[in-house]
Amino acid sequence: MSIEVGQQYLARVYITLKPGVLDPQGEAVKQGLVTMGYEGVKEVRVGKYLEVLLEAEDSQKAFKQVDEMCRRLLANPVIERYSYEIAQAGEGSKV
Amino acid sequence: MKFGVIVFPGSNCDQDVYYVLRTVLDQPVDYIWHTETSLKGYDCVVLPGGFSYGDYLRAGAIARFAPVMSAVVEFARQGGLVLGICNGFQILLEAGLLPGAMLRNNCLKFRCQDTYLRVENNNTPFTNRFRQGQVIKMPIAHNEGNYYADPETLRKLKERGQVIFRYCTPEGEITPKANPNGSLENIAGIINEEGNVLGLMPHPERCAEEVLGGTDGRELFASIIDWWPHRFRAGA
Repeated sequence: MSIEVGQQYLARVYITLKPGVLDPQGEAVKQGLVTMGYEGVKEVRVGKYLEVLLEAEDSQKAFKQVDEMCRRLLANPVIERYSYEIAQAGEGSKV
Repeated sequence: MKFGVIVFPGSNCDQDVYYVLRTVLDQPVDYIWHTETSLKGYDCVVLPGGFSYGDYLRAGAIARFAPVMSAVVEFARQGGLVLGICNGFQILLEAGLLPGAMLRNNCLKFRCQDTYLRVENNNTPFTNRFRQGQVIKMPIAHNEGNYYADPETLRKLKERGQVIFRYCTPEGEITPKANPNGSLENIAGIINEEGNVLGLMPHPERCAEEVLGGTDGRELFASIIDWWPHRFRAGA
C-alpha cells in the first residue's frame, strides 16, 4: 500500500422508495408476476443498486463521503431511503 | 425586462421558449449555458423542458448540480422570477426551490397529449392574465409528472394558495379521470411560498400561437410581462 494514495473502498448503495410512496413500476412488475402464475406475490418495490469505487484515507472518511453522496445526489430524501455497505476494495474486486 | 433561457445538455424545449419570448412576445431574451455562474442583468429565467443529463438517476437530479444552478438559487432568493417547465420543474424540485418530488407516471406511459388545467390562483406574476378558476388547455409530454409531497407539505401548499394549476375536465372538474399521471390531487403546477418561482409540467411554449392549436400558453408569458412594471407594489 502506497502512502500518497489512499485506500480504495467499494460502496454498495441501495436506494428504495419510502414505505407509503406509490411505486407504479413495482405494481406493474407485480402484475406481471401474478399473470405468470405466481399468485402468492403480494407486493414488489423497485429500487436502485449502485456500486461506487472510491479512494479515501480511511474507512471512516469513506463512510462519511458515501453518506453525503447519498443525501445530496444518489437518493431523493423526499421519496427515497438509502442504505449502503462499504468494504476495502481488494485486488480483483471490480465495479 | 430581460429573459434568460437556461440550456442544459439535453434540454430540448429551449428554442421553443426562446422563440415565444423573442418572436411572439417581442422580448429581449438570451440563452444561458449551464456552465454560467452569474445571472446578473436578467429579470426572469426559464428552465425549459427536455432530458437534462439524460434524466439519469432521477429526472433533474444531476442538472441541479450544474454550475448555473447555484446562480439560479441565489437569483430566486433575491426575488428574481424563475419558471420551470416540465424537466425544468423537475430540476426545481430536485434543487429544493420547490417542495415535493416527481414519481413515475402511475400509468407507466410517457404521456404526450393536451390536458385541461384549472387556474387555482391567478394572483401570481405568472397567472394574472387568467381568471380565477379559468379552464385552459396546454399539452403535456412527460414520463415523471406524478407529483408527490408528504401530507404536511401538501397541507401547507394548499393553505397558502401555492397550488397554481390542477388537471381537470374540459368543464373544470377535478376528477381522477382528468389526471394524466397520478399526480397528488391532480396537481400540475405549484409556486414557492414567496411567489416568484413557478414549476409546471404542461408546456405553455407549445401553445402560444393559434396555428399551434391554442394561445393559453402565451397568456402565461404575457402575465409575467404585464406584472413586471408592478413588481414593487406586488412585493414578490
